[in-house]
Amino acid sequence: MKTVEPHVDARRMWRKFKSGAMMTAAVLATLLTLVPLFLVLGYLVKQGVNGINWAFFTRLPRPVGEPGGGMGNAVLGTLEVVGLASVLAVIVGVGTGIYLSEPGRNRSVANGVRFAADVLMGVPSIVVGIFVYAVVVRPMGGFSALAGAIALAVMMTPLVARTTEQALSMVPAELRESALALGIPRWRTSLSVVARTAARGITTGVLLALARIAGETAPLLFTAFGNQYWSTSLRRPIAALTVQVYTYAISPFEDWHRQAWAGALVLTAMVLVVEGVVRSISGRGLRTPR
Amino acid sequence: MAKIRLVRMSAYFGRTRALREINLDIPEFNVTAVIGPSGCGKSTLVRCINRMHETVKDARVEGDVLLDGENIYGPGVDPVQIRRRVGMVFQKPAPFPTMSIQDNVAVGLNLNGLALNRGERAEIVERSLRRAALWNEVKDDLGKPGTSLSGGQQQRLCIARALAVEPEVLLMDEPCSALDPISTAHIEELVLELKSQYTIVIVTHNMQQAARVSDFTAFLLGGVLIEFGDTKQIFTNPERQETEDYITGRFG
Ligand SMILES: Nc1ncnc2c1ncn2[C@@H]1O[C@H](COP(=O)(O)OP(=O)(O)OP(=O)(O)O)[C@@H](O)[C@H]1O
Ligand SMILES: [Mg+2]
Repeated sequence: MKTVEPHVDARRMWRKFKSGAMMTAAVLATLLTLVPLFLVLGYLVKQGVNGINWAFFTRLPRPVGEPGGGMGNAVLGTLEVVGLASVLAVIVGVGTGIYLSEPGRNRSVANGVRFAADVLMGVPSIVVGIFVYAVVVRPMGGFSALAGAIALAVMMTPLVARTTEQALSMVPAELRESALALGIPRWRTSLSVVARTAARGITTGVLLALARIAGETAPLLFTAFGNQYWSTSLRRPIAALTVQVYTYAISPFEDWHRQAWAGALVLTAMVLVVEGVVRSISGRGLRTPR
Repeated sequence: MAKIRLVRMSAYFGRTRALREINLDIPEFNVTAVIGPSGCGKSTLVRCINRMHETVKDARVEGDVLLDGENIYGPGVDPVQIRRRVGMVFQKPAPFPTMSIQDNVAVGLNLNGLALNRGERAEIVERSLRRAALWNEVKDDLGKPGTSLSGGQQQRLCIARALAVEPEVLLMDEPCSALDPISTAHIEELVLELKSQYTIVIVTHNMQQAARVSDFTAFLLGGVLIEFGDTKQIFTNPERQETEDYITGRFG
């Protein structure tokens, strides 16, 4: 039998104590993070759920004082603006990401693009809104859905570009080599072999970026502006949930507050659905060989 | 007759020279083994023959490589066209993970923009898989992912993929080093069968393998071609002391 020296025993106790203390601290920190999250979600559901009914999704907003009405146009507007923004951001962003991960590219150009993307990600969203106001809204002569979509796309593109680059860099170099050695041209190799292998990672990145921008209000204030009526025209102002929630929330009317809560809940639910899709995609793991 | 002819060919990575003025005639419808210690430039040598060397950043080639007498580094030669004529199999089998077995085989044809109908495609897939001695094992699972196969099967799938493009030359860079003895035997048998239709260059660290499958052997050391000749002669009666030392395992 082994005899344990007393000081060894003491040291072990001390280690156990330290481990226990750290564990407790970690659990507390986790709770501290989760509690506000659930408080926010819980409060949102409590306040918003009353305002949610069929009319909310199908009706137009009513003037103050008239009961009923909904935010159907804003739901549709959000879908349209975010959808168009995503299309633009995917085209530009995925293309940029492919370029950045291309081994043959010019290194200093790539670093410049990367730097620009990182800076753009850090620009306050209100500034993006003002920028698009200056370069799109003014020349076009008015607020428009298109301007709103462009503003959101400006925010989304760098996110998509960087996550695409990351997803592509995880594709084993052997695949690119094998494809080139088969006499497949470089651009086809990049698109049909490398990008296709990373498709899941790219999709995940796009959806996360989409979830991020779907909740933006500031870039839409001077671009899409908002609209009290049904409109899908790209050239006219369009309603969006975020803007509508903002407008209603700062109003003094009880009815509108209720609607604002409902809008916030719907918006949050839309984002959560997207996040859920992301989880189910990336949970299955990136499909790489072995 | 020499299918491939290297004429004072040197290969560089940036400013370092990995191969120095190699002169080598690779005969048609034969297997040529390239042997030598690690880092001597074997992979670089074969990658110069299908213009893959230049895909590495800052890498370049000097001198000539003649394929059927025509310089593949001549002006106006498209590397993509050369790679279709000179196929390559790598050390680590890398089937495309998003593609089924049959798509892996047909990928070279599809992505090269050849318009094939379903029947022609299936025919080429079958013929390539038969030539790679894999058909019987996968004929009922052509739709399964290529990555679902064993390592040895994956390597034969990569051979089938290379053959589907109908190359004239097949470069194999240590094709068996990731495989078990049985799969290795499979591949060796295959090499012997394929040489009636293809010119094969195989890089190997395994002396027995070189002796078993090759007709000619090139021995490289430090980026220099030390000796080239008939495999039997190289292995029984080499001319150079370095060759003998390497083959008998005294270094490397
Ligand atoms: N991408 C690269 N960049 C710079 N130098 C390289 C690169 N690849 C290879 N080299 C150098 O070129 C020389 C030859 O390398 P090569 O890969 O051809 O050797 P090898 O004979 O195939 O070795 P092994 O048997 O280990 O595969 C080595 O000295 C190596 O350091
Ligand atoms: Mg090598």
